[in-house]
Amino acid sequence: MGFRKFIIIGFAFLMLSCSAESTGPNNHGVYMLVDTSGTYTKELLQAQKIINFTLSKLNPGDTFAVARVDTGSFSEKDIVYKQFFDDRPSMTNKQKRKFRDEIDKFIKSAKPSAYTDITGGLLQAIEYLNEAGTKKKTVLIFSDLKEELQKGFIRDVPLQLTGFQVIAVNVTKLRSDNIDPREYLDRLEAWELRVQTGEGTWKVINDLSRLEPIFH
Amino acid sequence: MSFNDVFLIVPNPVLAGFIWFIVIVAVMYFARSPAHLAILSFSRVFHNAMRLSARAVMGAESRLNERNREVLLEQGREAVERVIEREFDRVDATVRRDLSEYPALHRKLSEEITVIDDDYKESTEVPPEPPGWVKAVDAVAKIPGKDPMVASILEDIHSSMVKANTQAIEEYRKSSHKRHDHLKNMMPHWRKVKSVLGQVDKNVTSLLSRSQTIDRHMQEYEGIIKKTDRSVRALSSSSLTQFFISLLVLAIAIGGAFINFNLIARPMAEMVGGTSQIMGFAINNIAAMVIILVELAMGLFLMETLRITRLFPVIGALNDKVRLRLVWVFFGILLFLALVEAGLAFMREMLMEDDSKVTAALTGTTEGGYADATNSYLWITTVAQMGMGFVLPFALMFVAIPLETFVHAMRTVFGLIGVGTLRVIAWFLRVLGNIMRFFSNSLVQVYDLVIFAPLWLERTIKNKHPKEDAEIDVSSPI
Repeated sequence: MGFRKFIIIGFAFLMLSCSAESTGPNNHGVYMLVDTSGTYTKELLQAQKIINFTLSKLNPGDTFAVARVDTGSFSEKDIVYKQFFDDRPSMTNKQKRKFRDEIDKFIKSAKPSAYTDITGGLLQAIEYLNEAGTKKKTVLIFSDLKEELQKGFIRDVPLQLTGFQVIAVNVTKLRSDNIDPREYLDRLEAWELRVQTGEGTWKVINDLSRLEPIFH
Repeated sequence: MSFNDVFLIVPNPVLAGFIWFIVIVAVMYFARSPAHLAILSFSRVFHNAMRLSARAVMGAESRLNERNREVLLEQGREAVERVIEREFDRVDATVRRDLSEYPALHRKLSEEITVIDDDYKESTEVPPEPPGWVKAVDAVAKIPGKDPMVASILEDIHSSMVKANTQAIEEYRKSSHKRHDHLKNMMPHWRKVKSVLGQVDKNVTSLLSRSQTIDRHMQEYEGIIKKTDRSVRALSSSSLTQFFISLLVLAIAIGGAFINFNLIARPMAEMVGGTSQIMGFAINNIAAMVIILVELAMGLFLMETLRITRLFPVIGALNDKVRLRLVWVFFGILLFLALVEAGLAFMREMLMEDDSKVTAALTGTTEGGYADATNSYLWITTVAQMGMGFVLPFALMFVAIPLETFVHAMRTVFGLIGVGTLRVIAWFLRVLGNIMRFFSNSLVQVYDLVIFAPLWLERTIKNKHPKEDAEIDVSSPI
């Protein structure tokens, strides 16, 4: 009788210790914004490497979308390719191969845009990842972070980034940054402030050989 | 109102402290008797409560000890009964096998002995009879005179005698040869008899050895029935040893189960998906664990139906026909699961290969690089994994044996731990009660130390008026 009680209490304790939060999907959503404005199109091969790295690290059940940043990026049309990876590992591998092929096509055919609407792309990323309902949400911004909006575009909107991790990758220095580095630092600081105001976390990775922190 | 407001009845804090000290000492002096009584009675109550609690705990310990003893003896009795039963089964089997052959053996021995007897009779030496007409020769030899006729007759008789002697010797040699042949024929029969008797001796020795084993177990059994302390000690020691050995074997089995789990957890994602979680565990991991647990359960039932273990009396009580059917059912399920595992292990290898190819392609390494280089050896790991996937469920089946031992020994070990814990609690309660008693005595002394000044004053006054004090003491003893 004592042993039976012990088992029942132990089981109840186990059930209580495992909260409801631990039940459900444990997936990761990644949305990558690729800057295609001006001379940054030359950096697209670097973007391809990051995309491939990200693909190699994603697991079944995760979701990944790559979108271009152009004149008006708050649009589904700017999503180059998106994929919800299947639960089955074999199917996921097939989807990864397809994803890579689509990205290869995009890299070859990408044309430079006149403006850079990073905020629009970020809003689109928030919308996409919230809809996907993934447990972990990451937005990768492959850009020099210099936003250039077309006249009439309003992007002074607060970003709701609770639970989001925003990582700026390959933030290249512009010619003007070389003349006055404060511009570069101010740009980074402004974006960090904006993300943190939206309750998101901010990170910058410029060394493409150390991309592991994306998945930490 | 703060503490300072209450404390500082005069502006000088030292003076205020002194006044408070005087007041407190005065109060303590007047309340000395009831305070002493209160302290001592509280300590007595606490001490008694601790003592009673300790006695109750020791009572529980005694009951638990008695119960442990009963359980141990009962388990020991069952175990020895099983051993004796098995020994008797073996004796029965030996007796059945050997005694059923005994008439044939006896007949064979009789036949051999008859043959040997016949041969012996045949081999007896019969001395040749001397010819009857020897006496006639003697008569002729006695004829007087030197008659040449007599000499001629004697010559003829001599030659006939020599001829007859030669024939007799020839006959005798022939018969001796025949006897030797008979004796030679006896040899294999003797050997056969020796072999048969050797077999009989071996069987009898085996039975004697078994009977000695049974005697030993019977002595053990008698000790258990008589509930001797020696038996309890022996059983307890044996139980502890079995507990640790079975624990070790179970730990090894858990290692095997872990390997098994890793073999099938990943490919299970192909069937049930690998993204959802239940209670913090990925659903494919849970599914893999369930498969392993089902295998373990089937293994347990199989061992139970084979009557190797006795964890479930219901299965043991089934009639042999149903039991044998269940053996095949459980074996079938286990075989099916082993085949499923082998398939999953194969799929795991395929998935890993596919993963490595995809990763190689994505990270820039060519698909035909590392993957192709390892392809020629890949079949070895694939076959090894499939083999392990197939064999491990059957290997895990034998966990039932240490598990049964562990469950039985665990009762004894937990009982011993319980007894030990209760003894420690009782000791702790007794110590606490005694500490409280001595502490209260010390507290009374400390109380008197604080009010030593009025006590000294009181004693001085009493010494000055001893008569009055005596009267006071008689009327109101403190």
